[in-house]
Amino acid sequence: MANSTTSGVAVGHDAGHGEHHPRLQHHFFDMDQQLEASTLGMWVFLVTEIMFFGGLFMAYILYRYWYPDAWASASNHLNVQMGAINTVVLICSSLTMVMAVRSAQIGSIRGQVGYLIATIGFGATFLVVKYFEYAEKFEHHLVPGLGMTFAPPADHIHAAHPVVGSSEQLFFSLYFIMTGIHALHMVVGIALMLIMLVWAWRGRFTPEYYGPIEVSGLYWHFVDIVWIFLFPLLYLLGAHLGAGH
Amino acid sequence: MDLLYLFIFAVSAFFTILVVALIGYFTVKFRRRNPDDVGADIHGSLALELGWTFIPFVLSMVMFGWGASLFFRLATPPANAMEVFVVGKQWMWKVQHPEGVREINELHVPTGRPVRITLGSEDVLHDFSLPAFRVKMDAVPGKLTTMWFEATKVGTYHIFCAEYCGTKHSGMIGQVIVMTPQDYEVWLSGGRSTGTAVENGERLFTDLACVTCHKPDSTGRGPSLLGVYGSTVKLTDGRNVVADENYLRESIMNSQAKVVAGYQGIMPTFQGMVTEENLMQLIAYIKTLKPAAPEAKK
Amino acid sequence: MATETAPARQSYLDAPYGLAAWLLTKDHKRIAMLYLISITVFFAIGGLFALGIRIELLTPKGDFVAADTYNKLFTMHGVVMIFFFLIPSIPATLGNFLIPIMCGTKDLAFPRINLLSWYLYVIGGTLAIAAVATGGLDTGWTFYTPYSTQASQTSVTMAAMAAFIAGFSSILTGFNFIVTIHRMRAPGLTWFRLPLFVWAQYATSLVMILGTPVIAITLLLVMAERTLHFPIFDPKIGGDPVLFQHLFWFYSHPAVYIMILPGMGVVSELVAAVSRKQIFGYAFVAFSSLAIAILGFLVWGHHLFVSSQSIYAGLVFSIITMLVAVPSAVKTFNWAATMYKGSVTWESPTYWVIGFMGLFLIGGLTGLFLATLGLDIHLTDTYFVVAHFHYIMVGGAIMAFLGGIHFWWPKMTGRMYPESLAKASAILVFSGFNMTFFPQFLLGYMGMPRRYHSYPDEFQVLNIASTFGATILGLGYGLCLVYLLWSLKRGAIAPANPWGAKGLEWEKTQSPPTTFNFEEDVIVTEPAYNYAGSGKVHHG
Repeated sequence: MANSTTSGVAVGHDAGHGEHHPRLQHHFFDMDQQLEASTLGMWVFLVTEIMFFGGLFMAYILYRYWYPDAWASASNHLNVQMGAINTVVLICSSLTMVMAVRSAQIGSIRGQVGYLIATIGFGATFLVVKYFEYAEKFEHHLVPGLGMTFAPPADHIHAAHPVVGSSEQLFFSLYFIMTGIHALHMVVGIALMLIMLVWAWRGRFTPEYYGPIEVSGLYWHFVDIVWIFLFPLLYLLGAHLGAGH
Repeated sequence: MDLLYLFIFAVSAFFTILVVALIGYFTVKFRRRNPDDVGADIHGSLALELGWTFIPFVLSMVMFGWGASLFFRLATPPANAMEVFVVGKQWMWKVQHPEGVREINELHVPTGRPVRITLGSEDVLHDFSLPAFRVKMDAVPGKLTTMWFEATKVGTYHIFCAEYCGTKHSGMIGQVIVMTPQDYEVWLSGGRSTGTAVENGERLFTDLACVTCHKPDSTGRGPSLLGVYGSTVKLTDGRNVVADENYLRESIMNSQAKVVAGYQGIMPTFQGMVTEENLMQLIAYIKTLKPAAPEAKK
Repeated sequence: MATETAPARQSYLDAPYGLAAWLLTKDHKRIAMLYLISITVFFAIGGLFALGIRIELLTPKGDFVAADTYNKLFTMHGVVMIFFFLIPSIPATLGNFLIPIMCGTKDLAFPRINLLSWYLYVIGGTLAIAAVATGGLDTGWTFYTPYSTQASQTSVTMAAMAAFIAGFSSILTGFNFIVTIHRMRAPGLTWFRLPLFVWAQYATSLVMILGTPVIAITLLLVMAERTLHFPIFDPKIGGDPVLFQHLFWFYSHPAVYIMILPGMGVVSELVAAVSRKQIFGYAFVAFSSLAIAILGFLVWGHHLFVSSQSIYAGLVFSIITMLVAVPSAVKTFNWAATMYKGSVTWESPTYWVIGFMGLFLIGGLTGLFLATLGLDIHLTDTYFVVAHFHYIMVGGAIMAFLGGIHFWWPKMTGRMYPESLAKASAILVFSGFNMTFFPQFLLGYMGMPRRYHSYPDEFQVLNIASTFGATILGLGYGLCLVYLLWSLKRGAIAPANPWGAKGLEWEKTQSPPTTFNFEEDVIVTEPAYNYAGSGKVHHG
């Protein structure tokens, strides 16, 4: 049974130099083309992610325009401190990510491994803080559909617990969906980084071949940037709009 | 509208026949005679490209302009239109005449009088479609929509629901019965009335205790509603909005959305306590509240 | 052209052998074939649903199936045909097969992601079938809220998830094409030497990657509202059902361009080949694909003219919709002009192409009726709309798809299909199609609404005509399937270039191609469709 590679095709294989990089995939002409294709691919994928989150942002924009007071009062129920911690954590993780890619570019395995571990650590911290945040929301009955009560605002004046009016439910629905999907992307990101960590530790990346860690870095930065948008839009509204109940 | 339809049909027919004829002609006249034949070395023609870009563009702009003006007319009911309230719910149409007569799946109207329909939905999306009058409009839960038409010929015409709404979507049909104005008056007076919309609205206004806060002299906890319909209202967040039917409806159902400047957001919500028909009746009543002194006309 | 008895080297079909070699393949051509088999299955399923619809509509009363069943039939017909047949059809089969070859390269940029996209499609499709089996879906393929989020008692979440997963299959295909076309063209193959099929696929891919994520998130919101009770569109708490419509149509309108642009690409290839002539106005046709893709993102509101959308928004959407019709008109004129002084053969691909042009023309022109604001109020949500989109998607896209399948069949399978049966099938499909859908324009103008299980008596005659046409249409498709399958074993062995066409796939690969496509490195030195430069004589 003939082997598929011996069907006589020799496109783009050797223009005379004989051997090629062990990481060069067969359908690419050379390592440059491979890296360019991977990078363009990741950028295209990130564009799709922008569109994905975009739908959520559109819903947010519409309802904020319609119910600014509800938006402000709901935002006041969010934990700004935890949100701020997470923002700092993510920004640091992007820094360590960049350093990891740089380490690959200069061939330092220790650097790659160290910085990747730091990145994963920051990512995990983010998720842990998120867990505590969500737990707090559950306690305070701020999760729509799960015992979230909305009483006529007349009661609101006298209530001891934070009770939300009807349109605040929209805010919380969007809050959970937006931050939840973001958190899911973080989980995927951490999984990616773990794979990168194993590969880096095994010395897979060299100054000539570091594509996977670079495009993973792009993904990580994107997830960070989404949070940079989510944080002020969700957490800082009460302060910004000045309204509150 | 039918004239516009004919125009677009004529343009379409023209281009269809033209292109089909050309293709038919070319494929026959230039059919391959020898198996090795190839076509002539023609790459294109800027003149033709511009031509067949520009001409369709112009034609489509004519269609747009004509259609847009028609659309504006359809969106603007005449001032002297008679008001009818229609509420769709799975799977029937509830119609109420301002004089109080109610119908189910039927709408009696006189000839020669524009009819303005305020449309609401109790549950899911519906659409009140009157093909004979070339109009339809979605009934959207959570808001009020409007449409209008004027009947010119006596007869019976279809009402269809034209937005899929579940099991009996195709059963949500009825009839518009167009009568001469005299016959219409007879029919109206013979109908059992449960009070006019305005009377019902006034009763609800009292029963639901609206009157305790919305005192006419502005001493209440809520703003006076004299002359509110159609006026511009300033809100606590600085926005100015026109108090149309949807504003009134939203204020009753989701009062926190727009709080009038100078007042606190303490109006309770009546979500679940009023039906769409009740809302239309309340709105009909509120529209009749005019200020005592004739300062803010209309 | 010269005939050969068998390909000189082993083709991609033969080696490597075995089920695992197919299910774990990275070869774009094999993946194309896997897709072809799967989408044919879904086409049959969607067709069965259509049959149910048309049988019910023979009589004014709802007596063939219960109302709920009918509602599920038309819903599932739409969901299956759109998400599991039309959207993948040309891109995932012909696109996957041809793009690398037309770019002069060995495979797409990301072969394993290509395979992943097929698996995602299969998973989504399986979930869709599971949804059908566990209660079906009755919301209409449009999933309008609040019916879908609050009232429907069917497997909404499962069906939405199926479409969600299929969407990612689509995104991955588009993403693969974009990177391949940008980065992997052979030396000498500049953008303006690319076949127009590649331009069309490129434009389609842009729409796929930009639009599909929006339907994904929209469906996710519906699922969240339904299962987690996170209210987003609930009017009782200030949510807006019309927001759903905006988000939904923001994707679903460009989606129709995903469905037709590849077909237009196929038509460009076929018109050039059957006329043996350079496409008239190459640059205009290429740019019109991009124009349609871009403008297609700006017109979604024309689905919302009677939804309570503001009349000013209506104006904007109407005028841009008029604009998006213009590039399609430009293409049609260019194709017709290509035949002028061509050397036109009357082999079967010509039948399919001419069928496309007639039907697409009518479909496109009837779009103008719907784009026109005042008129749309009367025509929207009636059978006029149903007829319009079937003219484009079935009369247009499916005829183009079948034309392409026939044209490239010898290349993909190494076999010729029986020519006279192919012509018969094209004629059956064309006439059956017209008989099915032309009466529906009349029904719509007369006021018959869509999605109606039962209808007033006066609409019956036209409905009977429509069902009769549908039978003929079904026969045409059935015949097609039969002889194509037959040809796999019994068809004449195809030469490398049975049509005498120009193009890398015809001139530089055997039928079927070897696994890595080309025997020697590809270097491109001439423009596409360079018939006139081929040294042959024009006798016109």
